[in-house]
Amino acid sequence: MTNATAVAQLRARIEQAERVGRIGRSGRIAAGAPILPAPPELARALPDRGLRAGSVYALGRSGALLTALLAASSVAGGWCAVVGIPEFGVEAARDAGVDLERIAFVPHPGDRWLSVVGALAEAIGVVAVRPRGRVGDAEAARLGARLRERHAVLLVQGAWPLAEARLEVESREWTGLGTGHGLLERCTAGVRITSRRGGASRRARMVLAGPTEPGRVWAGRDAQLTGDAQLARDAADVQGLLDARLQMAVG
Amino acid sequence: MERCLVLWVPDWPVAALVRARGETVPADAPIAVLAGNVVVACSPAARRAGVRRGMRRRDAHARAPDLRIAAQDPGRDAREFLPVVDRIEELAPGLQIIRPGLAAIRIRGPARYYGGELPAAQELIDRLRAEGFADAAAGVADGRFTAEQAARGAAPVLIVPPGEAAEFLAPIRVEALGDEQLARLLVQLGVRTLGEFAALGDEHVLERFGPAGAHLHALAAGRDSRRVAPRRPPPELAREIAFDPPLTIADQIAFGIRVGAEEFVAGLAAHRLACTELRIELVGEGGGSERVWAHTSSFDAAAIVDRVRWQLDALGTRAPDSRAPDARAPDANASGPGTPGSGSRVADALAEGVASVRLSPEAVDPIGAHEPGLFGGTTDERVHRALSRVQAILGHRGVLTASIGGGRRLAERTVLTPWGERTPTRTDTDRPWPGSLPPPHPSAVPLTPIPVVVESAAGAPVRMRDRTGLDAPPSRLRVDGTARRITEWAGPWPLVEHGWDPAAARRADRFQVVDETGSAWLLLLDGGEWSIEAGYD
Repeated sequence: MTNATAVAQLRARIEQAERVGRIGRSGRIAAGAPILPAPPELARALPDRGLRAGSVYALGRSGALLTALLAASSVAGGWCAVVGIPEFGVEAARDAGVDLERIAFVPHPGDRWLSVVGALAEAIGVVAVRPRGRVGDAEAARLGARLRERHAVLLVQGAWPLAEARLEVESREWTGLGTGHGLLERCTAGVRITSRRGGASRRARMVLAGPTEPGRVWAGRDAQLTGDAQLARDAADVQGLLDARLQMAVG
Repeated sequence: MERCLVLWVPDWPVAALVRARGETVPADAPIAVLAGNVVVACSPAARRAGVRRGMRRRDAHARAPDLRIAAQDPGRDAREFLPVVDRIEELAPGLQIIRPGLAAIRIRGPARYYGGELPAAQELIDRLRAEGFADAAAGVADGRFTAEQAARGAAPVLIVPPGEAAEFLAPIRVEALGDEQLARLLVQLGVRTLGEFAALGDEHVLERFGPAGAHLHALAAGRDSRRVAPRRPPPELAREIAFDPPLTIADQIAFGIRVGAEEFVAGLAAHRLACTELRIELVGEGGGSERVWAHTSSFDAAAIVDRVRWQLDALGTRAPDSRAPDARAPDANASGPGTPGSGSRVADALAEGVASVRLSPEAVDPIGAHEPGLFGGTTDERVHRALSRVQAILGHRGVLTASIGGGRRLAERTVLTPWGERTPTRTDTDRPWPGSLPPPHPSAVPLTPIPVVVESAAGAPVRMRDRTGLDAPPSRLRVDGTARRITEWAGPWPLVEHGWDPAAARRADRFQVVDETGSAWLLLLDGGEWSIEAGYD
């Protein structure tokens, strides 16, 4: 494991611990409903500071946003599955931190995509799906019950009745490319998050794609990229933990 | 499916006991071998008197007051069996010991030599009878499991014709599978015979009983996969355990190889393989002993240690705790009844002790990724079940795992493998692929490029002017009739494939563009036709 991955994993754990703490105090969520990690910038704008187990999140068409959400779970050690998205960029997912050993693809589920998602939700923490056709309220409710029972999160690329929140990429800024020269380098996106529970939409800015070196994930390096003070502090915490762990390993 | 012959000597522990004592025992003497307080084998005479396997010592004595009793000794069983195997191998080489008293051989060679399966089986049985095993039986069938069942019902030879395994197995009780727990469960479910078990749906069995159950299910249906095509396992999976100084005591050797045996099994498991036939080589000063052992399902570490011990026992390397009444001095091996010279020769070679033990997989079976415990967690077992269920819905190729391979085209760099199959090991990922793209990588890679139109500001299609550039800056991107203004772009990056082969050589040019909505694309210009190779959204 590279340091970057270690940092990312530790960070995910810290974030989760923090979220649980916060949520415990506010008492908004019944005990036992775990929160799955989300990318830090998104987590701050999400109602539960992460993806609430047993819920459905509706996403826009952005594959990069989906990848970022899957990566946050994968870095923390969870399994993911991608259903009905045959063009899913595997290499980009790997760069974002998705562990290819723990992701399954069902590119062509056909008309049986709903039963496929149901079967996967039995054991896989985060299932991403692009629905084929409209989903009835009854079907959605049935699947929702299964998700709640199994503490799974469904990320839907498209519309879904009763989604916990809708995440959509509003704007993208690419750097690196000029007119006739350059190379795509980094994409900073504005994401709008609309919660089902009402209230104004919240906005988050995050890096959706960035340069990588082989074996490193950019998920662990966004503190420098955004210059966010909070993130920098988190990273320092992570470094502290990492040092402690190294000392333990040495001692 | 491979034709297979199984030789069976009934009540082997009793037969081994009689041979080991080297005395002539009247054929009608009631003898029982006990493990602890429970009968594990008995002679026909004892059986006639009412003694049964699983009976307690006192009950057995009550049935047959003149019952002779001896303690079970797996070492003795193996020790006495190997010379018998050597005698049979004089007729037909390549015998595999399944366990003492039971051995298998591929029948094709002997059948050709002796002019048919029946004469071949007869020949081997005659040799066993000459060795003093009047009850020996042989079964010939498709696959080892069916052949074993045939041998058990043979008098003395039973041949199940090719393709009739399922029919033959159907009326046999499920206990024959040798998995007590599974058999008990099946009986509770009302499934009493192998035929009824085989009639259950594959995916239901896999779901309910896991891979091990699915394997037994295949056996019950006469689909014995094990001997069909023994895969030549990669040699690096073999493992050698060296002892310095050489060890002479079987217990020490058995203890010494335990860790190595575990690593051996784990090494195979990492390749998603299970060892079904194992070659054990014991190497000493002046030579060694080598034997192939077969296993009814697959070898785990404990089973490997047992086989090494048996092989040692057969050589007469004496375990200090063999206090059984029939324990013999190591040199007694040479004078034992029917012991061929080869045994003692090998024993001499190892007289100075065993310097190393080499374990090599002779035949392996894919166990899928999915033997419980392979992933070391219950979560992964659940994941496996869920993914298998999806495969049951969509077919084997419905669920894929991905790895990154080499290549220049994006779509070909992703290697998709059906769940449960081994991911091909690609070593060329890290090789530089000239023309492959630096990160960030696109998040959407369609399997085939999507045709688009790229226009200049004047509305004319943009083309290559020469190898180095376009005839006009790209200004508009038309996808499915909707036009988007191109705000930023760069290229061309030439993509040359199979440059070394003029017939297969392809050249195309890549461009990165960002449109007015902020979406970034990787475009391909190939022979004047534009297409989207990938998207970065």
